[in-house]
Amino acid sequence: MSVAELPRRHYLNANYNIWSWLLTTDHKRIAILYMISLTLFFFVGGAAAILFRLELMTPQGDLLISETYNRLFTLHGVVMVFFFLIPSIPAVLGNFLVPMMIGARDMAFPRLNLLSWYLFMAGGILAIAAIVGGGVDTGWTFYTPYSTTYANSQVMAMAMGIFVAGFSSILTGMNFIVTTHTMRAPGMTWFRLPLFVWSHYATAVIMVLGTPVLAISLALIALERGLGVGIFDPKLGGDPLLFQHLFWFYSHPAVYIMVLPSMAVVSEIVPCFARKRIFGYSFIAFSSVAIAVLSFLVWGHHMFVSGQSVFAGMVFSFLSMLVAIPSAVKVFNWTATLHKGSISLETPMLYALGFIGLFTLGGLTGLFLATLAVDLHVHDTYFIVAHFHYIMVGGAVMGYLGGVHYWWPKMTGRLYPEWWGRVSAVVVFVGFNLTFFPQFVLGYLGMPRRYHVYPDEFQVLNVMSSAGASILGLGYLIPLVYLLWSLKYGKAAGPNPWNAKGVEWQTPSPPPTLNFDETPVVTEEAYAYPPLDESSAEGEPLEPVAN
Amino acid sequence: MDTSFRLFPEQASTAAEQVDRLYVFLLGVASFFTLLIFLLIVYFVIKYRHGARADRSQVSGNRYWILEITWSLIPLGLTMIMFGWGADLFFKVHQPPPDCIEINVLAKQWMWKIQHADGKQEINSLHIPVGKPVKLRMISQDVIHSFFVPSFRVKQDVLPGRYTTIWFQPTKTGRYHLFCAEYCGTSHSRMTGEIVVQQPAEYAQWLRGASSESPEAAGESLYDQFRCGTCHNNPTNPRCPPLDGIFGRMVRLEDGSTLQADEAYLRESILDPTAQVVAGYKPVMPTYKGQIGEEEVFQLIAYLKSLQPPQQRTPKSGPPPFETPNDTDQQP
Repeated sequence: MSVAELPRRHYLNANYNIWSWLLTTDHKRIAILYMISLTLFFFVGGAAAILFRLELMTPQGDLLISETYNRLFTLHGVVMVFFFLIPSIPAVLGNFLVPMMIGARDMAFPRLNLLSWYLFMAGGILAIAAIVGGGVDTGWTFYTPYSTTYANSQVMAMAMGIFVAGFSSILTGMNFIVTTHTMRAPGMTWFRLPLFVWSHYATAVIMVLGTPVLAISLALIALERGLGVGIFDPKLGGDPLLFQHLFWFYSHPAVYIMVLPSMAVVSEIVPCFARKRIFGYSFIAFSSVAIAVLSFLVWGHHMFVSGQSVFAGMVFSFLSMLVAIPSAVKVFNWTATLHKGSISLETPMLYALGFIGLFTLGGLTGLFLATLAVDLHVHDTYFIVAHFHYIMVGGAVMGYLGGVHYWWPKMTGRLYPEWWGRVSAVVVFVGFNLTFFPQFVLGYLGMPRRYHVYPDEFQVLNVMSSAGASILGLGYLIPLVYLLWSLKYGKAAGPNPWNAKGVEWQTPSPPPTLNFDETPVVTEEAYAYPPLDESSAEGEPLEPVAN
Repeated sequence: MDTSFRLFPEQASTAAEQVDRLYVFLLGVASFFTLLIFLLIVYFVIKYRHGARADRSQVSGNRYWILEITWSLIPLGLTMIMFGWGADLFFKVHQPPPDCIEINVLAKQWMWKIQHADGKQEINSLHIPVGKPVKLRMISQDVIHSFFVPSFRVKQDVLPGRYTTIWFQPTKTGRYHLFCAEYCGTSHSRMTGEIVVQQPAEYAQWLRGASSESPEAAGESLYDQFRCGTCHNNPTNPRCPPLDGIFGRMVRLEDGSTLQADEAYLRESILDPTAQVVAGYKPVMPTYKGQIGEEEVFQLIAYLKSLQPPQQRTPKSGPPPFETPNDTDQQP
């Protein structure tokens, strides 16, 4: 086998000028800009988590005072949700890959794409300013009237930051929709699209339809807090539950903005490392659309104990149950894809299998919360904290890391050390479960979330959780080190190190500025892996393994 | 309070056992599918690992559809069981039996103030008798709080500006945690208390001890202090509807609709009197918002509840003919 070399000209070395990065309209460079900024936000949010997990080692509030503790969990929630998870896969991997997967030269609106990064950074800087200027103590949910009338912290700056960053999300979503409609290469029909694109399309629809409602709710908070216009505070004639309706109308779909793109990544990785066409292509594609549609009809399940009527609770419970079906369809189809495949466990596959396991548990515990009488007990306890971390960290972050590992050779042209990759995947999986599984038990025992001090009998489980968090934190640092290392010392990857199908693998790594030397013509469906010989020991060899 | 390490919370109310049964069913379903997916993945990864000899002949045709439909319908069926069971129990948990002990709860940053029917007050603790249904009428003075007793498996948000209720029937004597479950600011995690469930005799004795002024009496002095009687008890100039027997009565409003004068309506009529005006009267009553707190509203309502209907029943619609109030001899 010939030793691969980097192509002479590619998008990374096209120009080294700083302005060629800051004013770039190349979707790949914008993806890299996003990746760098998101990594910074991820470690800021993670550091806050480490601090309050340390505090929770003991039942007394001995490391931090309550004000600090409340600001830390708010910081963690706001930064992780709005400045890491929501943009993570769409803005980094989606930005990089959607045009490449459909054989396009760029997004439909390259300048809007750049603007979206600037809006994101402006929002991020406002958020950082709010943190540095004293922090916010409302929780990421900004419940009224606490946030509008009672909180004595930088609510306005933080709300403005999220408001501005929301527009970056809307622009990215618009770009995906238009790009998918108008820029597909010859022969790339809708049902030849990789499932990654289908999932991102569904995500984009949620971004475009949902984010404006978040913007409205934040603007109303600013109106009440800044100008005293009575909207949510009963003392001013408002209704506090109105805010919860508005907030969850966006923020429940937002969970699917986080997890649908992860499902997108898994739907690419699993067929590649099973050397087999994905099972139930159209079922997976339409289940993404079904999840996107249902996501807008279930917000009231966050409000079963809020004082919402019993009958509204029943309607929302029923609709929430339905989300289980498209989710189950996906999990079963991924598992069935493994059947009679030729499976190898490279790093991306370990992350993807980890995703399937954690998402399954996260999804199933969601049913506990959708079941009215059980939610009565576990609502606002650590059970819910555990549940959404299984979806948002076990799901979304595992998917993001799997995707970063899978397409790293494409993005940088270099391979990372495979052994370290596998170690990181295992450490993250173990650390994650040790952190969050005890929280299910804690929640059913009745420990409320957002508690700075807690009764003694909850300590053992909290110590387990904190110990797990330190392992998880380590698991996230390992990839940071070896991925950076690989930028300089990694072996050249060649165009297609995984022997994967898909248009993005048909161009050199890193790709040229315009992605393809000539526009690809698509003649086959996605994941058209050659049939595996009956009862044979052969699959197609994977080059890195051969190395 | 039992503070030893445990993996499952104590069951101390009639609802607890029922919720736990449903929870165990859910645990069963969740464990089954988690294990199923986990074992299938491990099995496939080992059996079909790259380089292993295995039958990889692909199946084609209808089996594909049968599988897709099966694994859509099974989750549908199971989730519908969860929905039906959960909704039924949720509905029951929201239907208080008629013979509840009623207690008022006022939540504020960061304490629970409890007001018993006979005037006994306590802070961050709630004494109740075992085996009797208890209904709490709750309101917050500032932000949203949430009344949560894990051992009873019940939780209800406590809102500013609106009454919410919750009921439960303790089955075991003892002391249980009371938590505020909705984040309410700096000392949220210290807004805790305990529920003390006692034998009925013990409870009766506790109630007798050092009782303060009854809420009816306190309400009456407020009624006098704010000179409510000037209008409401004026037989010659009935600018306002008389209030004898108002509680629980059907009231006809200006817009033609009728409603039952419950606690929420009385509270609104004190704090925002022009919102729902009784038919035949002008919206002339001044608001008492900002002048009296939620605790005093509780007392005024207790007083209004104590007013017996006049001997001659007033017609249910239109401005009732005025009766000389005889509330003075109704005082406890």
